[in-house]
Amino acid sequence: MSRDIKPDLISRRVFIKRGLQTAGSVCLGGLGLLSLQHLQGKSSVWQIDPHKCVQCGNCATHCVLSLSAVKCVHAYDLCGYCKLCGGFFPPDAVNLDTGAENQLCPTGAIKRTFVEDPYFEYTIDESLCIGCGKCVKGCSAFGNGSLFLQIRHDRCLNCNECSISRACPSGAISRVDLDTAYLLKGE
Amino acid sequence: MTRQRIIIFLSMILILNSAFCFAADRFPRPEFTSDYQKPQIISPLPEASWIDYLDMAVLVMALTLASWLALRKRSRNGLFVLSLFSLAYFGFWRSGCICPIGAIQNVTLALFEPGYTLPMVVLVFFFLPLLFALFFGRTFCAAVCPLGAIQDLMLLRPHRIPAPVAAVLGLLPVIFLGAAVLFSALNSGFIICRLDPFVSFFRFSGEFKMIILGVLFLLVALFFGRPYCRFMCPYGVLLSWVSRFSKWHVSITPDHCTQCRLCENSCPFEAINTPLPEISQTERQAAFKRFRLQIPLLIILFFSAGGILGYGLHIPLSKMNSTVSLAEQVVAEQLIQKETTLASRTFHESGKTLPQLLQEAKDIRNRFRVGSTILGFFIGLMFCIKILAVTTRRPLRDYEADRGACFSCGRCFAYCPDEHERQKLLTDQPDKIYESIG
Repeated sequence: MSRDIKPDLISRRVFIKRGLQTAGSVCLGGLGLLSLQHLQGKSSVWQIDPHKCVQCGNCATHCVLSLSAVKCVHAYDLCGYCKLCGGFFPPDAVNLDTGAENQLCPTGAIKRTFVEDPYFEYTIDESLCIGCGKCVKGCSAFGNGSLFLQIRHDRCLNCNECSISRACPSGAISRVDLDTAYLLKGE
Repeated sequence: MTRQRIIIFLSMILILNSAFCFAADRFPRPEFTSDYQKPQIISPLPEASWIDYLDMAVLVMALTLASWLALRKRSRNGLFVLSLFSLAYFGFWRSGCICPIGAIQNVTLALFEPGYTLPMVVLVFFFLPLLFALFFGRTFCAAVCPLGAIQDLMLLRPHRIPAPVAAVLGLLPVIFLGAAVLFSALNSGFIICRLDPFVSFFRFSGEFKMIILGVLFLLVALFFGRPYCRFMCPYGVLLSWVSRFSKWHVSITPDHCTQCRLCENSCPFEAINTPLPEISQTERQAAFKRFRLQIPLLIILFFSAGGILGYGLHIPLSKMNSTVSLAEQVVAEQLIQKETTLASRTFHESGKTLPQLLQEAKDIRNRFRVGSTILGFFIGLMFCIKILAVTTRRPLRDYEADRGACFSCGRCFAYCPDEHERQKLLTDQPDKIYESIG
């Protein structure tokens, strides 16, 4: 009796297995086709929209890298080359010189050089910048807003979910096209 | 008099307005008399897009090689070397992103969020291992996945996990998968990436608690094989579903099983099914009769319990969404004078109104109500299937790899005497055989 059933049983099992194989491939293919509609050939990268940024300081602390991939960028075209720079001096600076106690930047990453009376040039030493945005806040509040934060792509690991974007209170960090990898001010 | 006042007032408003709107023009741009040249803004370029193509090519080659090594060459050493390469390439050099495990979320988000575009490399990384699993089983796990490789390396002294414990823990990846799909479908974060225990090692930098989690997983991996793969990996769930129906699969024996039982304890992941005699027709009918009421009852019970639980949990789950949590925070500030947060202060400064925010949060919560109920049904169904799977077993004649659970790592090959015959290892000195087993 059992011998009569066995071949039938196996063929049924094989039939079910083949059916599920086909169903599985159809499902995979269907899912693939569906997602193909949203396909974009190129990869994208994370970037900060400087017009949305509120300079909260999270960029310095929330990057997965111990030294954040976010750095301050200077749009020289917008800069007023002020003698009294809101991004360089804290509001309560004692002397307007380059003494450490008179600098807003916690790491002294901004270099102040005399150009001609009464103009001073401010450049950022990226190796020192930690992306805290203190100077950006000062420049936006008292100056032309020529300093702004950007994700530097030589440092960014392009995580699947940017850890800073989760902590960003203003939703300023989003994925942008590879061609427009920087959202620069004053362009 | 009044007209003058109005004019002064209006001009004040205009001046104030211009100060806010044109903050970038407070100071005029200088006109230099010296020959000063403004420096250029340096913007270092991101990785070239050919790296994406290299990644895809390496993935295809690694999967092909892993399948060939596991199914045709039957070489554990080859798989081991390949897994070292994958750990170095996909793990340390490419710093763990993008991986197929995380790509689940991108694909889900692309299917549910019309504005989200899916990069080609993510799509390929998600589908290719599944496609290979449909033909060759989970060869991706064997030697391509860097997360699997780092745990496999740590396996020092494997211990058995009691079957009931393993069965219960085995449900965790299913829950994790469901939750990850829910959150990414509703654009509320990529929890798989947040809870990736090994990515901080690959980047040599990360949050302290994630490094601790990674170290814990590696410590467990010393004694219990691949804890992340077996009890957490959501992609492993998809692979095991597909692998069950794979066209080909690794077999313990190269020829035919002699039932020598030598391989019985060889698998550190307990993925070998032991033979089970066929029960008679009458016995089967009796068993069916005994459980014919319980099984449908159980299915209905778990299915509905899951749905109810999912529905009940939609409010706490929706707090994962930043808009919902912000709305709750703002409302709490007004009602119970809760302390403000950075996000709520930013919201107040943004000029968006509270009704707008509340409406957005309500819409998202409504979507969560549907999504988390579906998630509950899904998890309930998975519980039913698990219970049925552990209570019933198909008769089996030979020792076979469990197609769902087997990582195709090839550790069992060396235990089969037929394998020794195939490799012409059999000599007059039995010591040599034991040496090769190690």
